[in-house]
Amino acid sequence: MSGAEAIAPATEEEVAAAVAAAAAAGEPLAIEGNATKRAMLRPVQAARRLTLAGLTGITLYRPQELVIAARAGTPLPEIEAALAEKGQHLIAEPPDFRGLFGAEAPATLGGTVAANLSGPRRIASGAMRDHVIGIRAVNGRGEVFRSGGRVLKNVTGLDLCKLLTGAHGTLGVLTEITLKVLPAPEASGSLAVRVPDLAAGVRALCAGLGSPYGVSGAALLPEGVPEHGLAGPVALLRIEDFADSVAYRLGRLRGELAPHGAATPLEEAASRALWRAVRDAVPLGAAPEEAVWRVSVRPTAGPDVAAALRAAFGARLLLDWGGGLVWAAGPATAEAHEAVVRAAREAGGSFLLFRAPEPLRAAVAVMPEEPPPLAAIARRVKAVMDPAGVLNPGRMRAGF
Amino acid sequence: MVRLPEPKTEILARREEIVAALRRLVPGGPLGEGVISEPLRLRPYETDGLTAYRQPPLAVVLPSSTEEVAAVLRYCHENGIRVVPRGAGTSLSGGALPLADAVVLGLMRLNRILEVDYANRLAVVEAGVTNLGITREVEGEGFFYAPDPSSQLACMIGGNVGMNSGGAHCLKYGVTANNLLGVKLVTIEGEVVEIGGGHLDPAGYDWLGLITGSEGQLGVVTEVTVRILRAAEGARAMLAAFRSNEVAGAAVDAIIGSGIIPVALEFMDRPAIHACEAFAQAGYPLDAEAMLIIEVEGSEEEQDRLLGRIREICARFDPISLRVAQTAEESLAIWKGRKGAFGAVGRISPDYLCMDGTIPTGELPHVLRRIGEMSRDYGLQVANIFHAGDGNLHPLIMFDANDPESVRRAEAFGADILTLCVEVGGCLTGEHGVGVEKRDLMRAQFTEAELRQQRALKSAFDPQWLLNPAKVFPLEDAPVPARAA
Ligand SMILES: Cc1cc2nc3c(=O)[nH]c(=O)nc-3n(C[C@H](O)[C@H](O)[C@H](O)COP(=O)(O)OP(=O)(O)OC[C@H]3O[C@@H](n4cnc5c(N)ncnc54)[C@H](O)[C@@H]3O)c2cc1C
Repeated sequence: MSGAEAIAPATEEEVAAAVAAAAAAGEPLAIEGNATKRAMLRPVQAARRLTLAGLTGITLYRPQELVIAARAGTPLPEIEAALAEKGQHLIAEPPDFRGLFGAEAPATLGGTVAANLSGPRRIASGAMRDHVIGIRAVNGRGEVFRSGGRVLKNVTGLDLCKLLTGAHGTLGVLTEITLKVLPAPEASGSLAVRVPDLAAGVRALCAGLGSPYGVSGAALLPEGVPEHGLAGPVALLRIEDFADSVAYRLGRLRGELAPHGAATPLEEAASRALWRAVRDAVPLGAAPEEAVWRVSVRPTAGPDVAAALRAAFGARLLLDWGGGLVWAAGPATAEAHEAVVRAAREAGGSFLLFRAPEPLRAAVAVMPEEPPPLAAIARRVKAVMDPAGVLNPGRMRAGF
Repeated sequence: MVRLPEPKTEILARREEIVAALRRLVPGGPLGEGVISEPLRLRPYETDGLTAYRQPPLAVVLPSSTEEVAAVLRYCHENGIRVVPRGAGTSLSGGALPLADAVVLGLMRLNRILEVDYANRLAVVEAGVTNLGITREVEGEGFFYAPDPSSQLACMIGGNVGMNSGGAHCLKYGVTANNLLGVKLVTIEGEVVEIGGGHLDPAGYDWLGLITGSEGQLGVVTEVTVRILRAAEGARAMLAAFRSNEVAGAAVDAIIGSGIIPVALEFMDRPAIHACEAFAQAGYPLDAEAMLIIEVEGSEEEQDRLLGRIREICARFDPISLRVAQTAEESLAIWKGRKGAFGAVGRISPDYLCMDGTIPTGELPHVLRRIGEMSRDYGLQVANIFHAGDGNLHPLIMFDANDPESVRRAEAFGADILTLCVEVGGCLTGEHGVGVEKRDLMRAQFTEAELRQQRALKSAFDPQWLLNPAKVFPLEDAPVPARAA
C-alpha cells in the first residue's frame, strides 16, 4: 500500500474535492499524515492514499487564552516548539513513536488526534480527546464541517470533536484542529521506588495517585532503570509544578511511599529523559519483528494482565497510567494475540494490537468487538459520516 | 414563546391505556407509585430550571432500576411514544421541558452508589445520585468528584452527563466529560449497553464523548462511572477589585501568562458585585467596576506563595482593593457573595434569565461594553458573572415574567448576547446546553449541512426521534408539523 498512488492536497477545498471524487467513483482512500503509524491497526483496503502532509501551519495561537490551532498536517514538533517559546505545552504529552514504528518523519497533529495518542500525563490531566476543543474536517461525502470552536467550554450541539478523535480517519478527514494548552510547569522531578513485584509496584503508584500532591506520571518498569543502577521492578512517580512546590511535594510523597520501598529521587534532567522514554514506550524494548499490544484496565488489574501475558508468551512489559496501561511486546502470532484478548476480557478492559507485521494485523480483530446494539449504531454512524465507505475502510474493524 | 411540536393525537387519545401499561412495567415500591398521571401531581414536572416555559406531560414514570428503564423505553419505542429523560429538572435551557404527548422518564429513584474504588479512584453510581452526593460519599477519605455546578446540591449525575456540566473549578479540573470513565446506556429500543468502564480510553469510537452533552437525544443513562480525585491539601481564595472591565481582563491575562492556573478564576461586573453584596454582605468593594475571585490549592506555604505571586501581579493593575484570605473562613467569606449570586439577583428582580455563552477571553471588555449598550436599548438590567479563565459568560437578564412585553424583550436581549458570543469567535452555550432555549439560534453557529449531519447522527441512535424531541435542533427541521405553545 505504501506504493499506492498518492493524492496530496494543499488546501481544505482540495481535500473536500478529492474525497467527493473518491465517493462518486466508489474508490476508497487511505488517509495519512506523515504515515508514521501505517503499521498500526488493520491494513487499509484502498488503492489510493490521501496525504494531509501538505496542509501545514499554525493558524491561531493565543497563549493567554490557552488555545492553539493548526492544520492537520503540521508536524507535532513544530507545534511543540511554538508552545515552548511561550512557556506552554500540550497537556496530554503525546508520544513520539518514530522509534516504535521505525518511521523517519515526525507525527502530524492530525494523525496524533485521529489516533487519540496520549502520554504519561494522561492519568492526571486527560487524554488528547479531552483537549481537542475544535475541529474542521471533511466527511465521506466531501463536505467540510466544523465542531466545537476556539473556546475552552462549549456544549453547543453534538460533540463531534470527541467522535472523530480516536476514530482513525474512518469518520472524517481532519483538516484543522484546535487544542487547549497549558503553561508548562516550571520544574519537575521524580521518585524511583524499588518494589518487590508488579503488584507491590501498582500499590505504590495507587498510593501516589491517591495522595494530595498532584502526581502527574505513574509508571512501572519491570526491568528497572539500569542507567541509574536500579534493578527492577521500579515504580516511577513524577511531580510537575513550580520549583519550590516540586521540592516540597517530592519530599512529602517520599514519606508517604516509604512503606512501599526505598525511593531514589531523580533530578530534573534525569527525570525528564526517563519520562520521555516511558512516553515513547522505549523501555518495552520491542524488537522490529515483534508485535506490540496495549491493554487498558483498572490500574489494580494491571499486574494480573501482566502476569497472564508473561505466562502465555513471555511478554516484555511496561506499565503506565498508574498500572492501568499495560504495554506488551511479544511474538506476532495469533496465539499471543489471543492471550492478550483473553487477559483484557478477564480484567474487564480493552486492548489494541498497536503494532504488528501485516499478516497478523490483517488476520485478527485488533480491538474488542462491540456489543451488538452498539455495533448496529456504529454501522449507522459510519453510514451517516461516510456513506460510500471511502475513508480508511477496514482500518479499525472489517468494514470500518 | 417557544414552539413545541404538534402532539400526536392518537397518543393523547390512548392516554389511559398507556398509563395502565406503564403501571404494569413500573409498579413502584417503597418510594411511591411508579407512574404519575393525575394533573395536580404532574405540576412539579411541567417545567425545569427555565421556568418561563411550562407544559404538563402525558405522564411521569419513575423507574427504580435499569431493567425498568429498558422496559419503559421498549414499550415507548414499540408504541411511538415520545420520551423526555429527566434528572432533577434544574436545566436552565429547558432541556427537561415535557411535551404534551410525551412520557417524562424521571431517573431520581436510581439513586444508589454502587461502588467506590479508592485504589483506582473511581465510583460507579446510578444516574439519579446528586452531584454533591458523590463528593459527600467519598470526602471522608479525602476524595471528591470535581465538576461542581452551582446546582450541585440538587442536580443529578445523569443530568450532568446530559448537559456536560461545568462549575467554578473546571478551569483546573475540567467539565463532566473530562471526569467520566463510563456509562450504562439504554437505547430507545430498550437495549442496555455498557460504554467504557473502570479503564481509560478504550479502543473504538468515543461513544462516551459523544453521549456526554447530548441532552438526552441519544439514549438514557442509568449508571455512570466517574473519576474521583484526592483533594489538595487545602485551598484559599483572594479578591481583587479593579477600576474597569478592561483592567480586570488584563489582570486575568497576566495571571495566566505567569504560568499560574488557579483552580477558580471568577469575574463579576459592577451590577453583579452590588447585587451580591446587598444579598450576602461579603464585604465586596462597591466602588469597583469589576472584581475577581481567585482560588489556589496546595499546602499552607504553597497557597501563600501562589497568592503572593498573584497579589503582586494584580498590584500592577492599579487595584481598588486586594484581599487575600488568611484562613479557610476568610476564604468562605470571599466566596459567599459569588455563591449566592442567583439568589441575590432573584431578590432584585422578580425573574431573570441566566444566559451562558462562551467567548475568547480577550473579547471580554468588548462583549461587556456591547451588553451594556443592549441593556440600555432593551431597558432591562443585566449582571454579568464570568468564569474568566475559560471564557464562560453568564449574563443574568432581569425581567418581569408577568409582563409579556418584558418577557419578549428579555428573550430578544438574550438571543442578541448569544449571537454576539458567536460573532466574536465563541459559542452559544458553555455549560447549560441548547435545550429549547437556544434551539432556534443553532443556525447562528452551524451551517445547514452541519446541522443535517448532527441530526442524522441523532437518527443513528433514535431513528424515530422519540428521545427528547424539539430540543437542541431548530424545530423547523423536525419531521413533524409545529405549533405555538
Ligand atoms: C441555580 C442553578 C445553578 C446552576 N449552575 C450551573 C453551573 O454552575 N454549571 C452548569 O453546568 N450548570 C448549572 N446549572 C444547570 C443545571 O443544573 C445543569 O444543567 C445540570 O446538569 C442539570 O442536571 P439535572 O439533574 O437537573 O438534569 P435535568 O435538568 O433534569 O436534565 C438535563 C438534560 O439532561 C437530560 N437527562 C437528564 N437525565 C438524563 C439521563 N439519565 N439520561 C439521559 N439524559 C438525561 C434531560 O433530558 C435534559 O435534556 C444550574 C442550574 C440552576 C437552577
